[in-house]
Amino acid sequence: MMRSANVKRWLGLSPALAVIGLFMIVPIIIVIVYSFLAKDPYGGVEPQFSTEAYKQLLFERDFDDTLLFSTVNLKIFWRSVWLALVTTLFSLVAALPVAYYIARQPEGRKNTLVLLVTIPFWTNLLIRTYCWILILRDTGLINGLLQRLNLIDSPITLLYTNGAVLLGLVYSYLPFMVLPLYASMEKLDMKLLEAAHDLYANRWRVFRRVSLPLALPGIVAGCVLVFIPALGAFITPQLLGGGKNLMLGSLIQMQFGASRNWPFGAAMSLFLLAFVLIALVLYARSPAQRDGNLI
Amino acid sequence: MKKLLALLVLVIIPGVLAQGELHFYNWSGYTSEEMLAKFTEETGIKVVLDTFDSNETLLAKLKSGNTGYDLVVPTHNFVPIFLQEGLLEPINASEMENYKNLDARWQNPGWDPGNVYTVPWQWGTTSFIVDTDIYGGDIDTYKVLFEPPTELQGKINMFNSWDEVLPMALRYLGYETCTTDTEAFSKMLDMLEAQRPYVKTYTSEGILDSMIAGEYAMSTYWNGASMRVRNERPSAQYAYPKEGVSGWMDNLAVAKGAPNKEAALTFINWFLQPENAAMESNFARYGNGVVGAEAFMDEQLQTAPEIVPPADADIKFALTCPPEYNDLATRLWTRLKQ
Amino acid sequence: MNPPQSSKKSPLSQRVVRGDFKVGHLPGFGAWTFLVFLYLYLPLIILIIFSFNANRTVTIWEGFSLNWYAEVFKSEPIRRAALTSLLVASIATVVATVIATLAALTLVRGGKFKGKNLASATLMTPLMIPEIVTAVATLALFTAIGASLGIGKVIIAHCVFCIPFAYLPISARLQSMDSSLEQAAHDLYANDWRTFRRVTLPLLIPGILSGAILAFIISMDDFIITLFVAEAGTTTLPLYIYGLVRVGVTPEVNAISSLMLAVSVIFVLLSFIIGRKQ
Repeated sequence: MMRSANVKRWLGLSPALAVIGLFMIVPIIIVIVYSFLAKDPYGGVEPQFSTEAYKQLLFERDFDDTLLFSTVNLKIFWRSVWLALVTTLFSLVAALPVAYYIARQPEGRKNTLVLLVTIPFWTNLLIRTYCWILILRDTGLINGLLQRLNLIDSPITLLYTNGAVLLGLVYSYLPFMVLPLYASMEKLDMKLLEAAHDLYANRWRVFRRVSLPLALPGIVAGCVLVFIPALGAFITPQLLGGGKNLMLGSLIQMQFGASRNWPFGAAMSLFLLAFVLIALVLYARSPAQRDGNLI
Repeated sequence: MKKLLALLVLVIIPGVLAQGELHFYNWSGYTSEEMLAKFTEETGIKVVLDTFDSNETLLAKLKSGNTGYDLVVPTHNFVPIFLQEGLLEPINASEMENYKNLDARWQNPGWDPGNVYTVPWQWGTTSFIVDTDIYGGDIDTYKVLFEPPTELQGKINMFNSWDEVLPMALRYLGYETCTTDTEAFSKMLDMLEAQRPYVKTYTSEGILDSMIAGEYAMSTYWNGASMRVRNERPSAQYAYPKEGVSGWMDNLAVAKGAPNKEAALTFINWFLQPENAAMESNFARYGNGVVGAEAFMDEQLQTAPEIVPPADADIKFALTCPPEYNDLATRLWTRLKQ
Repeated sequence: MNPPQSSKKSPLSQRVVRGDFKVGHLPGFGAWTFLVFLYLYLPLIILIIFSFNANRTVTIWEGFSLNWYAEVFKSEPIRRAALTSLLVASIATVVATVIATLAALTLVRGGKFKGKNLASATLMTPLMIPEIVTAVATLALFTAIGASLGIGKVIIAHCVFCIPFAYLPISARLQSMDSSLEQAAHDLYANDWRTFRRVTLPLLIPGILSGAILAFIISMDDFIITLFVAEAGTTTLPLYIYGLVRVGVTPEVNAISSLMLAVSVIFVLLSFIIGRKQ
């Protein structure tokens, strides 16, 4: 009995672990190696041990090359974490009623609605974001409309604000919240709901006491799928925020681009990986996750 | 599933096996399909076009080897790097039949003496563009850009890359481009930080539309794209600052280990014919290096001040900067946008 | 789009009987859903309108024109890019979803075992590394392997980063599912495979569907990893579009995007018809 369970586990997990092990874990090992090498001035690394990349995380060489403690990178990191948190929260608030509503629709309609949520994402990220620019800018749709209605005299600044960045990020990640929520809410709690209805006789209380706890795995999955990618997002903040401040994603991107400092880019992304892993472990150990499962 | 497999095979096989094809790896939005069609018609060689977004991407991919590209297009200041890394095949352009058509100005350039590895594809300049309806003063200096007059404040866009912004700042402050003088960087940072409150955005994307729509009154920009702006917004003017303008040249070259070097060489020679180079310029709206191509180019391209710089314009082709410069520049840019 | 369901019903009809799908109906949720759909579709309206613009830019409306659609149909590279994208996304979606389903069943239903958390963390790693870093490292790996795989490299890379996107909704669904139902079925049939086919799988479908859709859209959107991993002759739609955008967005991009939307709408219609039949 024990053995057959183990065989089954092995069969179930091996394809995933093989694919990710070879094509993700091996690259991560490559990244770790890169982070401890010296940079090749023309992009890439030189086979020479160096911890310079890690020093750069917290220290900065001044223009005259003296090593100074620097909060620049931490500041950029914190900005990205904060933005990702707010994005996740807003996505959750926006998505929860939608997922719940769809989950309560009759059978034939449900799948159609789920697909309708994702249709906008058949277009390209850049194009979608660009459409928001056309809507939000000073000469854009909203300002044009308000001016035509004589509600405002001069355009109000909508684009290149934190609000615009948030709007764009929530937009980009909404399906990644709606779909896991939907998956965990779909129809499962019907009987419980009926019972609860009889018991509480208040729809909101039923929602809070029964539906939400049952949807918790979906909420967690959605938050993971929004928070982590949002942490590295840079195209949307760049285009809708005006690029006046660096994001973690753009800082890392820069190291592999014009700055040609691969070891530092590698070190920074490992720092990010460690941060996310620690957050996940802390979550797994928290009372919210009673069985101690990671995800 | 079977159908899917069949489709898969159909897509993979041509990519791997087709030897008669020329694999052209160029900057995106930069190749005239009409011109490629003409090439195929005249030579029977089919061209498969793929695109990249930056010299660094091209460099990283060629360094990885085994990519299957024949013809690539590095920018002039990257040519020495590609050569040092041994990523290009010699083409000995001077022995080509049509080499005589190459403008003497581009024969024997600093980045590739004797045109052993490259020939010019398209060239242009990087400066800035101003809506003269909003600011009517002289725009012949970078002062307008870096210490903007009140009319322009808050309506300025800067490229989102230090490698295009810093040369302008260095010229304005009177330093050599590619300098590693730390004082120059301190001064630049001070200047750019003072300019920052007046900057609306730092972006390299969508400038064309924002200039035309009047979202920006001034932006750093390339000459050919500036001409496109002027076509829609006649008050837009491209600046030739007296401190000097950065010139750039994108070059045709053959990737090391190109599967189809013969076809690549055929293309290069073919491109050096005036009517063919002109077709590309008519599409991309930049100048080429071929004598006599003007005759086949759109009328506007022959006279536009963006494409044909004024006689006194001081155009400088910066060469490859040392690694220390990149470090300093990265530090500056990170601090500016922290 | 669906109009919001009116929530004005007599208290009596809210007391729900089995089989009535209005169980748990909450006032305002329909209206909220409608607003969210509006938010999702507003940019698309702009996108489609400007695909018919006669002007070369997407800034100024000059008049109606089908010119850009003609351009798309004339241009072989665009069509090839769109087909490549669809092909890569379809294969990556199928592979990633199957792999993720197996993994989720093992990790959620497989009981406690050693290394379980390590395994689930491993499945999440593609999410946690910034794309550019994955791109560079994967390129290095393929260089080390050395073989020329054509489009295969892009497909493999896409499968990898699609796995967590497929896995999370499926595992969330499994965790929300009451395992007692499967237990009962198991006692009844006493056959793993039949329990799975008859009970677990049908219940799991919403999770699998959600996971597959997410995998698909994430694959359709990928730019950086594809850019680095692709060999000569493999240009996907995002690669093509990013190029055009740099030069200035032309309605051509809007036209190809609108066409992709049309394809997706056909899919949705099909699903609707199938749903009706069921």
